[in-house]
Amino acid sequence: MSVPPFSRFLEEHRTLIYRYLVATVGAQDAEDCFQETFLAALRAYAGVRDEGDGLRAWILTIASRKAIDHARARARRPVPVEEVPDGAAVVSDDGVDAALWAAVRELPPMQRDAVVHRYVLDLPYADVARALGVSEEAARASAYEGRKKLRTRVREEALT
Amino acid sequence: MNETLRIPAAEVEEASSRAAVRLLERARGARLEDVAYAEVDTPTGRLLLAATSEGLVRVSFPEEPLDHVLQELADAISPRVLEDATALERVRRQLDEYFEGRRRTFATPLDWRLAPAGFGRKVLEQTARIPYGAVSTYGEVARRAGSARAARAAGNALHDNPIPIVVPCHRVVPAAGGIGKYGGSEWRKEYLLRLEGWLAVTP
Repeated sequence: MSVPPFSRFLEEHRTLIYRYLVATVGAQDAEDCFQETFLAALRAYAGVRDEGDGLRAWILTIASRKAIDHARARARRPVPVEEVPDGAAVVSDDGVDAALWAAVRELPPMQRDAVVHRYVLDLPYADVARALGVSEEAARASAYEGRKKLRTRVREEALT
Repeated sequence: MNETLRIPAAEVEEASSRAAVRLLERARGARLEDVAYAEVDTPTGRLLLAATSEGLVRVSFPEEPLDHVLQELADAISPRVLEDATALERVRRQLDEYFEGRRRTFATPLDWRLAPAGFGRKVLEQTARIPYGAVSTYGEVARRAGSARAARAAGNALHDNPIPIVVPCHRVVPAAGGIGKYGGSEWRKEYLLRLEGWLAVTP
């Protein structure tokens, strides 16, 4: 099956990917990761084949890799939280949810993606599994484990 | 927890929309764009213009849905089809001048790859040489394209002209009289021939 013109592909998936990146790398860095995600997609786009709904899983996989790269780069050069870059966040991630979002970002990549795909992006488990490249059962298990960890973290947070 | 993991939709919409605009600029800078397109308003309706690095490749009228034409371009040329008003600015300005009666020829390279092959292509190339304000007949362009008896085939090629207006298929009329058919609705052919002064301004 032929793929849609890139313009339409971008229009169809931009909010989903942006939302995914705000959840996984934070509002501050979502824009940069968004650029890297779609530029990588565009580079590969001429050779892509679409099997039904496969393009969404494909772009989510690219975004996931960019989010992992981003977390690694962050770990190498820790940035003090006080240093808020200019041209600041358009989507605020401070306030009461900050601890929860930080906990989401600290999950292992598979659990993080399972939780974000299911609970932030509202994807059904069949699609979560597809984007993660695992069985539906494994996707459910990862989301369950991830959620359990988040509950513990948030409870700890509330107690301190 | 379902309630807590929410990111405001309006903010995502706005931020991603701006990010998409920036992405298009970067794609252009990195030369990742195989087909650029833009829309332009004219007295004959809103036209879609598309160009490759070789030149203008497609002009379409609004009766053909935008999505449909873009998908055709993606299938025939490359799916790396991006909206890019800057790339089409020169052609857009020339079309504005043409419709204002201030321009008689288009100075833009053409990419013929969507034109019919062989004889059809020759017909369109001959058609491109008919001057502003003049007309030719189906038989005549067929003869110039190398086959005097293929007037009907010439008509088909003109109907499939991928670059109407700029390749002026509206300047080909039947030898028997009248203005004949037009791939983009006959009222447009009449409008263009009037604009160019071949038809009297008031009927």
